[in-house]
Order: sequence, then C-alpha cells, then structure tokens
Amino acid sequence: MASENAYSPQDPTLKKRDDFEDVLEERRNSSDVKYAFRCYTPVLYNGIPPCKASLLKHTVLKSDHVLFVIQQLSKESGESPEIIHEEAVEILDEMAQNLKLSVVRFFAFMLSKAFKTLFQRVRVNEEGIQRLQQAIQQYPVVLLPSHRSYIDFLMLSYVLYTYDLSLPVIAAGMDFLGMKIVGEMLRMSGAFFIRRSFGGDKLYWALFSEYVKTMLRKGYAPIEFFLEGTRSRTCKSLVPKLGLLNIVMEPFFKGEVFDVSLVPISISYERILEESLYAYELLGVPKPKESTSGLLKARKILSDDFGSIHVYFGHPVSLRSLAQGKISRSYCNLVPRHIPVKPPKDIFTFVNDIGYKMVRLQQENMVISPWVLVASILIQSLPQIDINHLTEQTVWLRNLAQSFGAFVDWPDHISVSKVVASSISLHHSIVKNTGGRVTLIEEKQDSSNLEHQLFKYAATVLMCASYRNQILHIFVRPALVAISVHSVGSSRKEEIFSYFSFLRDIFSHEFIFAPGHTVQDFEEGCYLLMKADAIQILKTDILLSERGHKIVSFFLAMFQPFLEGYQVICRYLSEEALEGVTENQYVSAVRKFAVKLLLSGAVKSCEVLSSDLQKNALAALLKLNICRKTKEMEQVVVKVNRTAVNSVEDTLGRKLTPLKTALARL
Amino acid sequence: KELNLFWFVHCVVPKRNKRVCSGHCWSVCLSVAGCYINKMYYLMPDDSTNCFVYIFTFLNRQDLLKWNGWGYSDSKFIFNKKGQAEFTGKRYRLSGMVLPALREWFEKTFGASLEHKTPPRSALNTSDIPAPILNEDFLDDLKATKIPFSHEIEDRIFRAHGHCLHEIFALREGKFERVPDMVVWPNSHSEVEKIVNLACKHNVCVIPFGGGTSVSSALECPPDEKRSIVSLDTSQMNRILWIDEKNLTAHVEAGIIGQDLERLLNVSGYCTGHEPDSMEFSTLGGWVATRASGMKKNIYGNIEDLVVHIRMVTPRGVIEKSCQGPRMSTGPDVHHFIMGSEGTLGVVTEVTIKIRPVPEYQKYEVAKQRCAPASIRLMDNAQFQFGHALKPQVASIFTSFLDGLKKFYITKFKGFDPNQLCVATLLFEGDREKVLQHEKQVYDIAAKFGGLAAGEDNGQRGYMLTFVIAYLRDLGMDFYVIGESFETSVPWDRVLDLCRNVKERIVRECKERGVQFPPLSTCRVTQTYDAGACVYFYFAFNYRGIADPIHVYEQIESAAREEILANGGSLSHHHGVGKLRKRWLQEAISDVGIGMLKSVKQYVDPNNIFGNRNLL
Repeated sequence: MASENAYSPQDPTLKKRDDFEDVLEERRNSSDVKYAFRCYTPVLYNGIPPCKASLLKHTVLKSDHVLFVIQQLSKESGESPEIIHEEAVEILDEMAQNLKLSVVRFFAFMLSKAFKTLFQRVRVNEEGIQRLQQAIQQYPVVLLPSHRSYIDFLMLSYVLYTYDLSLPVIAAGMDFLGMKIVGEMLRMSGAFFIRRSFGGDKLYWALFSEYVKTMLRKGYAPIEFFLEGTRSRTCKSLVPKLGLLNIVMEPFFKGEVFDVSLVPISISYERILEESLYAYELLGVPKPKESTSGLLKARKILSDDFGSIHVYFGHPVSLRSLAQGKISRSYCNLVPRHIPVKPPKDIFTFVNDIGYKMVRLQQENMVISPWVLVASILIQSLPQIDINHLTEQTVWLRNLAQSFGAFVDWPDHISVSKVVASSISLHHSIVKNTGGRVTLIEEKQDSSNLEHQLFKYAATVLMCASYRNQILHIFVRPALVAISVHSVGSSRKEEIFSYFSFLRDIFSHEFIFAPGHTVQDFEEGCYLLMKADAIQILKTDILLSERGHKIVSFFLAMFQPFLEGYQVICRYLSEEALEGVTENQYVSAVRKFAVKLLLSGAVKSCEVLSSDLQKNALAALLKLNICRKTKEMEQVVVKVNRTAVNSVEDTLGRKLTPLKTALARL
Repeated sequence: KELNLFWFVHCVVPKRNKRVCSGHCWSVCLSVAGCYINKMYYLMPDDSTNCFVYIFTFLNRQDLLKWNGWGYSDSKFIFNKKGQAEFTGKRYRLSGMVLPALREWFEKTFGASLEHKTPPRSALNTSDIPAPILNEDFLDDLKATKIPFSHEIEDRIFRAHGHCLHEIFALREGKFERVPDMVVWPNSHSEVEKIVNLACKHNVCVIPFGGGTSVSSALECPPDEKRSIVSLDTSQMNRILWIDEKNLTAHVEAGIIGQDLERLLNVSGYCTGHEPDSMEFSTLGGWVATRASGMKKNIYGNIEDLVVHIRMVTPRGVIEKSCQGPRMSTGPDVHHFIMGSEGTLGVVTEVTIKIRPVPEYQKYEVAKQRCAPASIRLMDNAQFQFGHALKPQVASIFTSFLDGLKKFYITKFKGFDPNQLCVATLLFEGDREKVLQHEKQVYDIAAKFGGLAAGEDNGQRGYMLTFVIAYLRDLGMDFYVIGESFETSVPWDRVLDLCRNVKERIVRECKERGVQFPPLSTCRVTQTYDAGACVYFYFAFNYRGIADPIHVYEQIESAAREEILANGGSLSHHHGVGKLRKRWLQEAISDVGIGMLKSVKQYVDPNNIFGNRNLL
C-alpha cells in the first residue's frame, strides 16, 4: 500500500538522537535498600490508579465479549455455559498478572545487585523517558521493546521503576511459568502469561484479547509485549507477529479509546548473556527448558563481565496519526462491538505495515558497539586476521556505518587500538588475540569425530555472527543493491532493480523489509551507495565507481553466508526433498545435508547450519509459492516445485538473471 | 404583548395582503404595528399609468430580524458600560437581565478579552453583491400572474444564506459569490404551481426558502449556476386551512412558522408538539424538507411521525396521496422521497399534520439520571458551567442568600464537585397525575444513582437557554470567538466513546491548526431513542492570531465529522446534509442508495429546476 509514497532521500547522519545517562552509576553510590523502599508515585493515565488484579479478572469475565463467546461455544458444543465459565475462570487464573509493589521492590533490590555485577553500565536516554512520561498521561501506551534476551523485560521494568514511571503489564510466554516460584514472582511484578499457540481456541482468544483490551481501554497500566514474538537468537530483528498488535489496536478501531501511543524501545547489549545458549540452540542442541535450577546455574555467569546495555526509548507514535487517511474504521459500525468481526483486508495490511514500521523504528535506535564492527570484519577473515589490519578495517567500517546512519557507540578520547583490544577482551568467550593474530576460540578437541568438531567450531562462528548481525539492518539495502550491480553484470538500472527485488523477496524473512516498499528500499540503497561514492546513478544506468569496488566486495563477503546458505537449502530441496519433507523433519534433514557439504569443503560458511536461516528460507519459498504445504496423514508436508527451486538456486549463484518483473514500477 | 402584536401582523394582515390598500387600512396597520410596517413593495411597476399596488412589508422579515446574525433585531447579548453582560429586548425570560457571571466565563473559557473586538460592518456593502441575472421572458410571464416579487439587494441577500458560521461570517465581513437573482412570494399552492411551471418553461433555477434557519449550506446558491436563480419564499403561505377535531389533524400551508402554528392551534386548544430549537423562525415546509426533529418527540414524534399528508409541487406536477389514511401499505412510502429532499425535488405547499389537545400540565425538571419524559437533555460538565454563566443577576439579598445556601448544600453537604457535575433537564407533559407519577419515578432512579433534583426553576432556565444560545454566537463573533453546533445520532453503547473522542479530536485539531487558546468543546444528549441517542456538540474557539479563521473552523468541523462517522455516528440526526455534508453521503448510504436518489431526481426534475444541489 505504501509504494505510492516515494522514498525521499534524507541524510541518515543528520538523524538526531538523545544522549544517555547511566542508571547504575547512582546505584553504585547509594543504598540499594533505600532505593527499593523509596517512595514510588508514577504519573497515571487520566489519573486512573492501577486496578486490583481480581477486579480486572472480574471485569473480563463479565465483559460482553466473553459472555458472548461463552454463549456461542455453549450452543456449538452443547456444554452448559456454567462449565465453560469455570473453564474461563481457570484460563484467566493461569493468565492474569498480579502486580504487587512489594515484589517489585524486592526485584528492584535484587536486580540492582545483579546488574551491578553483570554490567558496566545501563544507559538510558532520559529525554525518551520524559517523552514517555508525557505520553502515559495522555493516552494508553503500548511499549514495544526489541527482544534479544531474557532480561529485556526485567531491565525495562527496572528502568521504569527507577524513573518513577508506571510499571507495565507484560505479555510473557507460558514457558516462564515453568519456573515455579520465579514464574509467580514475575506474575507479581506485572507479567501475564500467554500460551504460545492457541490458534483455534475461541475461548482462550476471547479471554486473552479481552484481558489485554480491558487494560488498555481502562488505561490501568502501559502494556508491553514483544513484536518479534520471541527472543531473536541471531540478534537480527525478526519479522513482526501481528496477533497482539491487532488486539491493542482494536480499541482504537472501535472508537473505545481516542488514541494509542506505540513506543518502540531498542535494548542493545554489548554482550548477550545467552550468547552461547543461542548458538547451540540454533545448531539443534535442544533448548534447556526454563527452570529455576537452570537460572541458578546461570549464577556462574554472574562473575563475568557483560559490558554495557543501552535502552533507547523511541518517540511515541500515535496510532491515530498512522491511521489518518489510510483506513476507514467504519467497518466496526454495523456489528455490536462485543461481537468479534474479521477486519477487512485493508485493516490487516495496515496492522502488518505498522508491525514492520515499529520493528524498523526499533532497529533505527539500536546502539552498535565497537565489537559489532570488529566481529563483522573478523568473520569475513577467518580463520585469522592481523590485529593491525583488523583495527584499520574496523575504523573503515565504523566510518562507513556512521555515514549510513548507524548509531555507533564509539568511545571518545581512547585510541582506536585500545577500543579494539578491550572489545576483544570483553568477548574472550569468542575470540582471542595471540601475538597480534586474532582468531576464534577453539576448545581443544580430543575426539576425532569431525562432525562434532564442526559443530563446536560452528557454535563459535554463530556467536560471532550474532554480533555481526546487529549491523546488517544498516547495510542490507545498499548491500543488496551492490550485490545486484555486481551480479547482473550489466549497468541497466531495470535489470539491477529486478535482481534486487528478487533478493528482497528471497530474504523477506531474513531481514526486515516493509511489504510493498520495494522501490523505496531500492532507492534508499542507491542513495546510500551514491553518498558513499560507490556508484553513479545515470538516467537508465547504474555504474560502479573506483571506490565502489571495495564496498561491493565487502558487502558481498558480508552477505555471502546468506547467499550461500540459501543456495544450499535450494539444493537440498531439489536433490533430496522431491517427494516432499515433513515440516518436523525439515530442519534436521537440511542440517544433515549441509554438514555433508561442509565436511567435503564444497561449502564454506557454517551459518547454513543455523536453524533460523533454514526456517527463514523455507518461509520465503513458501510465500513465493515455490514450495507449498499440504496435509498428509496428520502431518504437514512441504512439497517442492523443482524447476522453480532450481531457478532460485541458479539466480542466487548468478548463473541466470531472474525474470524481468516489476519493471513498470520504476 | 409584543409577541401578540407580532402575531397580529403575521396572522391577520396576511389574509388581506396583495390587495390595493385603502387609506383606512393603511392607517390602521401603521398605528397598530408601528415600526414593523415601514416599507412597501410595488407589485406592478407601470410608470405609464402611474398605478402602484402596495403590499405590506411583513413580507420582509429582515425588518424584524437581524440581517447578519441570529434572531430578532432587538434581542442580543451585549456587554454594557459596566462591562457586564446583558440580554436586550423584551421577548425572552432572560431579556433585559444582567448576567454577571457571563463575562468571566467568556474570558476564562476562550481567553477572550473585551478589548479585542471584531465588530461587524454596519451595513451591507452593496457593491459586493453580484448583479442579478434576469430571465426577461420568465419575468414577463411572472408579472402576468401578479405574484409579488423583488430583486432588491436586501431581499436577495437575506435569502442567500442559512445560519452556518461561514455564512454569517460572510455577512459580517466577507461576501457571497452568488445570491438569488430575485425573490417571489407565492400566496398559495396554485401560485406555486404557476411559478414552477414558468420556471420549467423558461429554464429558471428555483430555490425554495422557508425560515432560512438551515445550518447545512442548503440555501447557498451554487456559484456556477448560470441560470437566473429564483428564491421562492413560502412565508405568505401561512394559513391553517382546516382543523379536523374528529381525527385530530390540521391542514396547514407549509410556509407557516413554528411558533405561529403553535399559537394558532393553541387558540383552538390544540398543539402539534413539534418544537425544534428553531421553531421561532423555521417553517413547517422546512421541517418536512429536512426531516426535522422536535425536542418533545418522545411524546409527539418527529416530523415523519406527525405528518399524515403532504402536497408538493414538482416540475413533473403535484405529488400527493389520495387519502388521509393514518398508515398505508402502498409500496415504499412516497412521503419519504419528500421528507429530507431538501428542496431538490420541489416545493412542499400544504401538509396535514397530527394535532393533540394542549397538555394540562407541564413541568420542567433537572435531574441527574435518564428516563423518558417528553423531553430529556443530558449536558456534560462544560455545558453545566456554561448554563451557570448565564444565570441572571438576582433581585434581592434574600434570593442571593438562598442561592448561596443551595450551592453550599450541593457542593459541601452533598459533595458534588462543580467541575464534574453534569445535569439532565427533563420536561414532563400530560395530565397532572401522570406527570407527578412520572416525576417520582425519575427521582427514584436519580436517587439510586446519587442524583439530585435541582428544581423546576433550573429546568425552565435550561429550556429557555435553548432559544437564547443561538444569540450568544453573535456576541462571541464581536470578540474573536467563532463557533457552531453540530449533531449526530448514535447507538447507545457508543454514545460515551463518541462524545469523548469527538471532543478530544476537536481539541487536538485546534492545537494542530494553531488555535492559541483551548477551544470550548462540549456536548449534550438532546434526544433519546430506544436504540440510541442524538448528541449535540458545541464547538467554539478564539481565533486571534489566525489568518483564515473560517477555513480553520471548517477543517476542524470536518475532522470532527469524520471522527463521528468513524465512531459509528450518523451523518446527521436532523440538520440535514445540504451541501456542507454531501461529500460523506455516498459513504453514509452506499452507492446504490445514491443511485436511487439520483434516479428519483432524474425522473422528477430532469432539468434540475430545483437546482440548489443539496444532497447529490
């Protein structure tokens, strides 16, 4: 829908960003006990005090919407409404938050202690806090933080408590409840728990959506949830999940609230607590179930240093202004508002667009640490790189990233080599510097099991990659343009655009591209490359400049793991999955196939082993109708269109230019 | 007495109009009606014979009414020499009274100051008025019919507008692009037929004009209309033709003004019970053409419930039903093509309307809860405060002491916060026993929800405000404050959300458009139905520092209308669509709906003789 508003080039380096304050500094200088017991009087929306948890439950159970669904279910199933009502009470008891200030104070104390040992600094943009404070008083607020770690929501609540702001209620996954006491404590600090999947359960959906909407309508507290749905194991942003977003927007569509403020929040970690956990998870070592004992084991990490955290509160976005002129809310007018209506297509598209917009706003204010730059260089230069060369390259990359608008946290008044050295020492779990040669850490391997060794190595690579990933959103548009220029082997603009749009479609789940914005993305990429003197844009042609070669080859190397990875998956699909593969087996089958190739040396990049990449590739192929899902004997089977898959593989391998699509749009 | 005099002029003299006046009649009329008759019209200017036929100027409402504001010339709000607000004239309960609280409210609410004035120009700038486009053939034929007409500037201007803010503003300091080229005053159904026939014959555009109280730009002449525009003023068709006491109906000419109709029926012991806020000036024909609603519709019904029979002259001929049956199943009710047609299909000339015996007992009340008496209005806090600002100065120390005591009782003893209080005014009507019984019911409900009866006096004042509030806008306009009211209807469950969102939208739009002071943005429920309510919004702001206040005003009003529609409100409850709201009509009634209206128009008026271009 948005392709009509053309990309208007704006120098990204002119973007104004707020300054940070370290909230731990004061904690180091004054009593934590006093801090935990201090007077806490947050400003309130409309002056409405937080609602008692029991009253909230009661309101939800007695709401027209829930009563209606109970009646309906009772009619359908023949079950008496009372029994369904009982069921509803149980669901709600399992779900509901139970905010208790005493528990919040306990957390405030504990987290102060923990954060002080774990992190050097927790830096917050105070102007953002002030903006949030104003927003809270005006309209119901929805907090949308990025999700890279367990401690995201603890951290956010901690910061809000510190600044005397209303504590949010947080949508958390049900798996946290497995953590016995801790689960209940999270509940008392404002978390409410939702099942990961409840697609068909109408009663659950009704209760859950009504619960969220009631809180929003009444404005008891800000609502917080993770647009990405789950923690990003790769540290790239995930494509937004729209379920909760739909729910929080509905009261606005129905006129029950005047407006809703959406606040994107970017939480950037210099070093992620779960870094190795994620890497193993991506490689298929099953994720340890969240358990209290697991958390206790995590205590050993308490002795480690995890650098700084940046929490950036973005500008509150008014849902009303986003909707202005884009949608008509009148579809809600013909049915009583408690009866669920399926929104028309334009509403769905609108919500989807907002989802992407919010994720991009999160990305925009992610802070990029020097280590991210170092890791980006290092991962291209494996197995080893000279420290001086590394430093030099890092500075080059820093300048490039900054000119593309990256929010780089580069310390002033410290020499470049010191910055690089301290980054390396902070990340001693991944990388080491031996006599001027920087290499990845490799644990001594006794076993001669090559596969085992490969996985160990791959884990370290994936860890390293997870830091490089944090900068990809800055480069992805210009890089795909650059790769297109390089691959097409022609300077014709339309051919380059056509290849770009192919890459963008293929990587639609790998990176965040707002749907329908192909032209804008292309123009943004071109603009940035032109600004870096890498290309010249003529009327019908795009020419690579002298300086451009370095940038293009850097980008090629940067995105090579994805290009290569997707090719491997295409190969797998066309060679081994012709009969179809069940959805459950897909990941392990691809992994087996990739291991073979890696061991034979036919494929270089270990990142193809990442289940995230594998799933993203499949999702994109499904979306492009190159694969499709069918249901066979209770199992979901992926069927492959072989010619189409082969064509994708060839195109990725630059053997064939893709069909000229969408030329008219240029 | 003054009102009676007015009635006399209106009701007695018209029956003799258009006759050649004898000297006797002249003197009688002049001595009785005094200043009201101060101008004459010549019907047939015929210099060669030197023969003039005079008729009286009661044709000319502008002599009694303001030419550039609301209502009677003698009634208006002013700030007197002491800087206190006062309402002049003798017509209303509030007339001649000093309103000590109004100035403070006015200054505080709008940030206005008595020093910053924006007085209107004192007289019309005649050079601004476009010269009339006259169709000579039509004129010749019209002269032959001896139906009075005029192309004097004052007459044309007076019929070029309704009472939208932009129209009044144009009168005060702007100009009109297009005004009617002439005015005709038919005296009967058959004269209307003649005029419409001539208009069809000579392709002249006709715009019917009743009371001129439209607030939908319905009377505005389309600027690109090249034909001669004739304003057809129905004011001379103001007789009650018969009253049928067996069936309780009255057959009335459509040009009769609401208050005259009510007064004349009262003489026979009847009423219609139809009391729109504009009833002092609006006409029966206007009510039919716009689907009007009266405040006592709970007992008497809206215009569509009251009408038994309608006669309308269209370019195709006369449309009317063949009998006066109280209800019929004869296909879609053709009355509904007429009601709400807003002058696009023809002129309503005669209407048979239901009448009721005058109620034995009326009682005005203020309470804090809703029920269903004859009329009910629920105001928000801003309006409560506004109503308070219009409290007249009390006569004695004793009353002032009593007032103080009352205030103390309500705020301190009962614990009502004057900044949160809201008020419902109720009107009970019927036989005494029923009224008292009803009243008790309401009080019981009120008590249950912590409400409090505020007494008949307050109630009566509440209703009186209905009539004077329109005068207040003119006062505001003297001091940089412009405003307007608009309305909608909405299902019950959305009333609160809609009110909050629309008020908030107005405040927000004002801020975004550079309005320096917070606006007055307030609402009240003025009608209740089983399935919903009619909500009225008052919106006004101080436009100091804004270059084009009318444009800003219109943008905000249309944003507010969009908000209403998005929140499940209707395009209009009773003001109509006119030209002001027609851009939303398609969305409101669907493409097919528009197509139906178009095909009716196409059949009835293929040459667009009734070319005011309302609705479509």
